[in-house]
Amino acid sequence: MNAPAETVEVELTVNGERVKRTVPARTNLADFLRLELELTGTHVGCEHGVCGACTVRVDGEIVRGCLMFAVQADGCRVDTVEGLSDSREIEELQSAFVLTNALQCGFCTPGILMAAQALLRDVPNPSREQIREFLSGNYCRCTGYQAIVDAIAAVAKARAGRAR
Amino acid sequence: MSDFDETTKTLNFDAPNSYVGRSVTRPNARRLAQGRGQYVDDIVLPRMVHVAYVRSPHAHARILGIKPKKAAAMPGVVRIVTGAEIAMVVKPYVGVLTHLAGMRSPPQYPLAVDVARWQGEPVVAVVAESRAQAEDAAEAVEVDYEELPAALDAERALDPSEPKIHKEFDSNLCFTRTVDTGGVDAAMKSAHLVVEDTIHFGRHTGVTMEPRAVLADYNRADESMTVYHCGQSPHMVQGIVASRLSLDEHRVRIVARDVGGSFGIKIHTYGDEIAACALSLMLNRPVKFAADRYESFLSDIHARDHRVKAKLAVDREGNMLALEIDDLTGVGPYSMFPRSSGVECNQILNLTGGPYKHKEYRAKGTVVFQNKNMMCQYRAVGHPIAIAVAEHMVDQAAAKLGIDPAEMRRKNLIPDDAYPYKSPSGMRFEALSHHACMDKLLELMDYDQLRRGQADLRKKGVCRGIGLSSFIEVTNPSPMFYGVGGARIAAQDGCTIKLDANGSIIAATGVTEQGQGTETIMAQIAATALGVEMSCVKVLTGDTDKVPYGGGTWASRAAGIGGEAVLQASLALKKNILEVGAVILKTSASELDIVDGKVVKKGTEQGLTLAELARICYYRGNELPVDFQPELVVTRHYRVKDYAFVFSNGAQGCSLEVDTETGFVKLLKMWCVDDCGRVINPKLVDEQARGGIVQGIGGALYEHCLYDDRGQLLNATMADYLVPMAAEMPDIVCAHVQTPTKTSVLGAKGAGEAGTGGAPGAIMNAVNDALRPLGAKVTQQPITPEVVLRALGKVR
Repeated sequence: MNAPAETVEVELTVNGERVKRTVPARTNLADFLRLELELTGTHVGCEHGVCGACTVRVDGEIVRGCLMFAVQADGCRVDTVEGLSDSREIEELQSAFVLTNALQCGFCTPGILMAAQALLRDVPNPSREQIREFLSGNYCRCTGYQAIVDAIAAVAKARAGRAR
Repeated sequence: MSDFDETTKTLNFDAPNSYVGRSVTRPNARRLAQGRGQYVDDIVLPRMVHVAYVRSPHAHARILGIKPKKAAAMPGVVRIVTGAEIAMVVKPYVGVLTHLAGMRSPPQYPLAVDVARWQGEPVVAVVAESRAQAEDAAEAVEVDYEELPAALDAERALDPSEPKIHKEFDSNLCFTRTVDTGGVDAAMKSAHLVVEDTIHFGRHTGVTMEPRAVLADYNRADESMTVYHCGQSPHMVQGIVASRLSLDEHRVRIVARDVGGSFGIKIHTYGDEIAACALSLMLNRPVKFAADRYESFLSDIHARDHRVKAKLAVDREGNMLALEIDDLTGVGPYSMFPRSSGVECNQILNLTGGPYKHKEYRAKGTVVFQNKNMMCQYRAVGHPIAIAVAEHMVDQAAAKLGIDPAEMRRKNLIPDDAYPYKSPSGMRFEALSHHACMDKLLELMDYDQLRRGQADLRKKGVCRGIGLSSFIEVTNPSPMFYGVGGARIAAQDGCTIKLDANGSIIAATGVTEQGQGTETIMAQIAATALGVEMSCVKVLTGDTDKVPYGGGTWASRAAGIGGEAVLQASLALKKNILEVGAVILKTSASELDIVDGKVVKKGTEQGLTLAELARICYYRGNELPVDFQPELVVTRHYRVKDYAFVFSNGAQGCSLEVDTETGFVKLLKMWCVDDCGRVINPKLVDEQARGGIVQGIGGALYEHCLYDDRGQLLNATMADYLVPMAAEMPDIVCAHVQTPTKTSVLGAKGAGEAGTGGAPGAIMNAVNDALRPLGAKVTQQPITPEVVLRALGKVR
């Protein structure tokens, strides 16, 4: 019962800004972002790593914010949907999502955009099956996924066209 | 431009610059895609505290004592409140509708008092400075329970030997109803063939990505209560919070900003939410309750737990003569307030066999109490069951007679020219298009080719199935749905629309947005009716202080009812604007129109912009005649008057493959043709269909709330409860037939639930189509691999 009271100092770079906070050691990264930094674009859907709504990037790799303690991100570079929106890194994906209506309630969307950007970095021209497979860790309850696959496929195609 | 014809009451929606019928994108989607949505749990208020609940670990237990002392001393704890203490602040509620005759349910309190009646029922509220501290302290609250025998199985709920859940009732019966045209027995007796089956539908739940959340902010200084609520029906909640907490209704404000999925889950009275409001009142400070996923599974309403016995009589040619069903459902220990838990059963009685022209029908529905989480209305209420039952029976009869399922439907669907039509259950259909939809569906599917491919693959040992379903959907409900039964749930909706001082249009509507695109289609309608660019229309929703009194978004009513109110308000505002224009331009209003945001003399481009007209009205009234007062704010309301419901209809098709070794069902493709009347935004309608179908797929193949024999929910996590994931879902082809309803000028019927309603029937038929040559049949959902293997006799 003493564990919750134990605090740790965490210093990291979030969306390009250095931040320092003292938080209970048990604080997970998703709660840290939401409660300490008020970056509420990262959502919490299941709190045990299944739904993908809390997906963020730590040192360039996507992780489940609910499965990682904030203290584990000490010294790391963390990117959230707010950061990638402001830097316009995922603007093309966001526009495609709006165009194909690949989001309805929008709760899963930040996590799915994070995942999509990671997929396209590693697999520039994925098949629809590859997109669906990669998104298996991101639940969406509104769209039925087809429009999401359409949006990601459209961005992949557009990027491939430019690369040629 | 909008050519509204006063005499025919019609509007030319096909005009070149009409937004109605165009797949415009959703302006508010941009904000959500950037993570700039504002869901309830994102809102932080000064002095806000958090509540966590101690929930009953037992399905049925007497609460012998509550010892909060140790918990109260823990860090951050503000207050610990028992069910009995909450009951002193909150008036109990009773979830019955008087038009469901004989329905009963006892008074319910937000938290259990004396006896807990389902695993997960809240028992004690723990308020602390953070949610984490509240959860820590909740674990330290000691509650002594005496576990009581639980009534769990609906089949046994009425046995005298079963434990009675409520001492004030002689049995666990909640509601029963029969429908009978009188000639079923004679028709069955004289029929060429009678097919019979019992079909089971598993309990499942909505799993909104955003769990339920509420932030209540009571201010004693002005006796006001503001509730940030993640829900679908702000005015309904306003009335409930006010009446249960004895507050003045006009001092209660409900704000529903972004909602992370709802699907009917977030439209009911949850004890934990009402208790959070009561705690804010008691503490005179903001109290937030945000359910975690475990709490969602234990306390969000469940749905669909039905057992239906069905009999269908047909003649030698396959003409349907009579249908009989007996539906049994267990709905938990209480009927949910205020919509009641009798509606799903009632809908099944009303809707089963609704697309078909048989004359004789008998239906019995029995709703019983049990010690499981409560069931209530979830997306497509009753439809997935009613449709799957009828479609299954139609296919069974067709197979026995050697008739192709498509031919069987063509033979029996109500002809497209037979409307208006009254079904044997008493439903009145204004105008439906079953045959047009089925024709279009079969063409889209390339049905004959699909059948040939199936036969070829069968020779190679590949077991594919094709399934069809025809369906009707209750949309645009009139007051006959809830209001008639005494529930304070508005069937009418309103729109207040204004021309602002800068020439922009602001429309406030009582219907709400949960991502369907409500605000977008309202802007499309307003822009079209007024003759302005959509970008200069702003739509307000989800705030009882700002929008006209309305019902919100449920039963596929937003487009059809809310949309008509927006249309009528827009037309009235246009009339007022043209009167102003006539005064300024010194002509008559009938000579004027609004084109591209400009009041012009018809057929010319001469005139003045709305911005200029507004500037004169708001700032330079001195330029107007002294006896003329512009009115640039108007409100109009709309309710459905001519019919109890405006039915939509459609057809779905499914192609799948069954692995007879593993029992896995792989969906290959789904098709949907929906007739929701006038389509305002084809893309958004398609996406409602697709999302709806995938929820239907969930119920048909994966989703199941599994209880053990002590009433413990075994799979209350997202890892254990399966929802459809991207990799398993097929692409879904959508198309439309449009039969606009004449009950409104807009002509729109609802589109939100048809996908969910029609899919399970098509899928079960496809599975059985695949299994039929193997002599196997499934009659239960979800159709898990185990169910398939059992049907094949491969496991016992």
